[in-house]
Amino acid sequence: MEYVLMKGNEALAEAAIRAGCRFYSGYPITPQTEILEYLSWRMDEVGGEFVQTESELGGINMMLGASAAGARVIGSSSGPGFSLFQEGISYLVAADLPAVLVDVMRYGNGLGDIGQSQGDYWQLTRGGGHGDYRTIVLAPNSVQENVDLTHLAFDLAEKYRHPVIIGSDAAIGQMMEKVALPEMEEHDIDKFHWSMKGCKKGEEQKKITNLLYYMDNYDEFLANKYKEMEDNEQRWESMEVEDAEVVLVSYGISSRVCKEAVKVARSQGIKLGLIRPISLWPYPIKAFEELSDSCKALMTVEMNILGQMVDDVILATGNKYPVYKYTTVKDVPETEVIIEKANKILSGGEV
Amino acid sequence: MMEIISAGFGGQGVLTAGLILAKVAMDNGKNVTWIPSYGSEMRGGTANCGVKISDDEIASPFVKNIDVLIAMNGPSIDKFEKNMKPDGILIVNSSMVKDRQYRDDIKVVEVLANDIAHEANNPRGVNIVILGAFIKATNLLDKDTFAKGIENFFADKGKVNPANQVCFEMGYNSVEN
Repeated sequence: MEYVLMKGNEALAEAAIRAGCRFYSGYPITPQTEILEYLSWRMDEVGGEFVQTESELGGINMMLGASAAGARVIGSSSGPGFSLFQEGISYLVAADLPAVLVDVMRYGNGLGDIGQSQGDYWQLTRGGGHGDYRTIVLAPNSVQENVDLTHLAFDLAEKYRHPVIIGSDAAIGQMMEKVALPEMEEHDIDKFHWSMKGCKKGEEQKKITNLLYYMDNYDEFLANKYKEMEDNEQRWESMEVEDAEVVLVSYGISSRVCKEAVKVARSQGIKLGLIRPISLWPYPIKAFEELSDSCKALMTVEMNILGQMVDDVILATGNKYPVYKYTTVKDVPETEVIIEKANKILSGGEV
Repeated sequence: MMEIISAGFGGQGVLTAGLILAKVAMDNGKNVTWIPSYGSEMRGGTANCGVKISDDEIASPFVKNIDVLIAMNGPSIDKFEKNMKPDGILIVNSSMVKDRQYRDDIKVVEVLANDIAHEANNPRGVNIVILGAFIKATNLLDKDTFAKGIENFFADKGKVNPANQVCFEMGYNSVEN
């Protein structure tokens, strides 16, 4: 395997190119600007379109247009910029259009700050736009996964004709690691029966509209779409869950520390395990079927104030176990603290 | 696992020095992470990056307990010396930092990096001089492997400069056994 050393953001951008993406429209904001910067010259090399729009609102709506024409499209932002995408995401869902959107999460409400965070979990998994929708959300925890999940995101977006979100963070985006890149894949912009590509005389006129509810069975259509995603697209990684007494639940940059914590704890005789959701939605509830009778409690490890994933763990386990949280704000969680908290849980102390 | 901070003023090549360490280590089969510090820095302010090099999987890319600190200026020492592990190695650009007291539980390697780079007729190679000293002081990789790695690093960028090898060699030889 040939490896290159790349920044998470740049590797993600290159992965989009290699997945056949030829349209980017967006606006710079730290810590995702390398995606935009990289694509500003790389799109030109491969004959794609790169547009730095006047704002994120313009960006996501241009993506909607390019997607309607059958192109593979990507947009990226962070913090307040990602909030500006939300209306457009709702419109993409309404128009039944594929798109890949990247949130390189940064800290805080409002303007916040530019360091890493996992504070957008609710926005990503519940939807920040109006209406009645869900989107698949994939959470990479390495530069390699930035590449692999970007490719997957395009395939899933196309499969379901639905936007797919990549929930990355500033640490994954800014760090460099070794990465193996996939081969270049071509995308035929005219391959879809539904896309807008002109209409010859006598052909049925195609329509991309955000008024899909005129369909007779729109509610059933959408409900089935979400059901199919929930059945087929749960993704996770488990580590030493079988006999674990405390199971950590963590994704993204935090999950890397949890892996280390499991190894260190096991070497000290503490039965720690880890469930790492790779799809944040659909939430990998199947992963929790592997919990055994020895499980005494679960603990989410995440970088936000409120412990945003706790609710999903309670739902996934049917409220059968106590669910604790270890949350950090600007700094990545620490192995020693995870183990200390696991010990307190096991000894009945206050966590 | 080796945890490294490379720090100095913006423009001294500290991010590139860290990047070369990471790249050459990766090419020699190691797992590596490299992460820059970034923020609302002033022009002329400090810049630094954290590098981790390991045979095992690396958890967080952020360096907390430093094995080797590359300090290109005084403020870098002010900021990071306290986070060094006992017996850690502090590589100081002594062209920039003079008459300073250091912790007595660390090994301090002073390199007249600016003077050496000037002598090698390659004033922008200060960071390469430091890398020469780094390799001698840490034995991270053998000298020839690393020299070849530096050459490849710049060749990939289309910037071959033979004076870089001179800087590396002189930096290496400036450290006593």
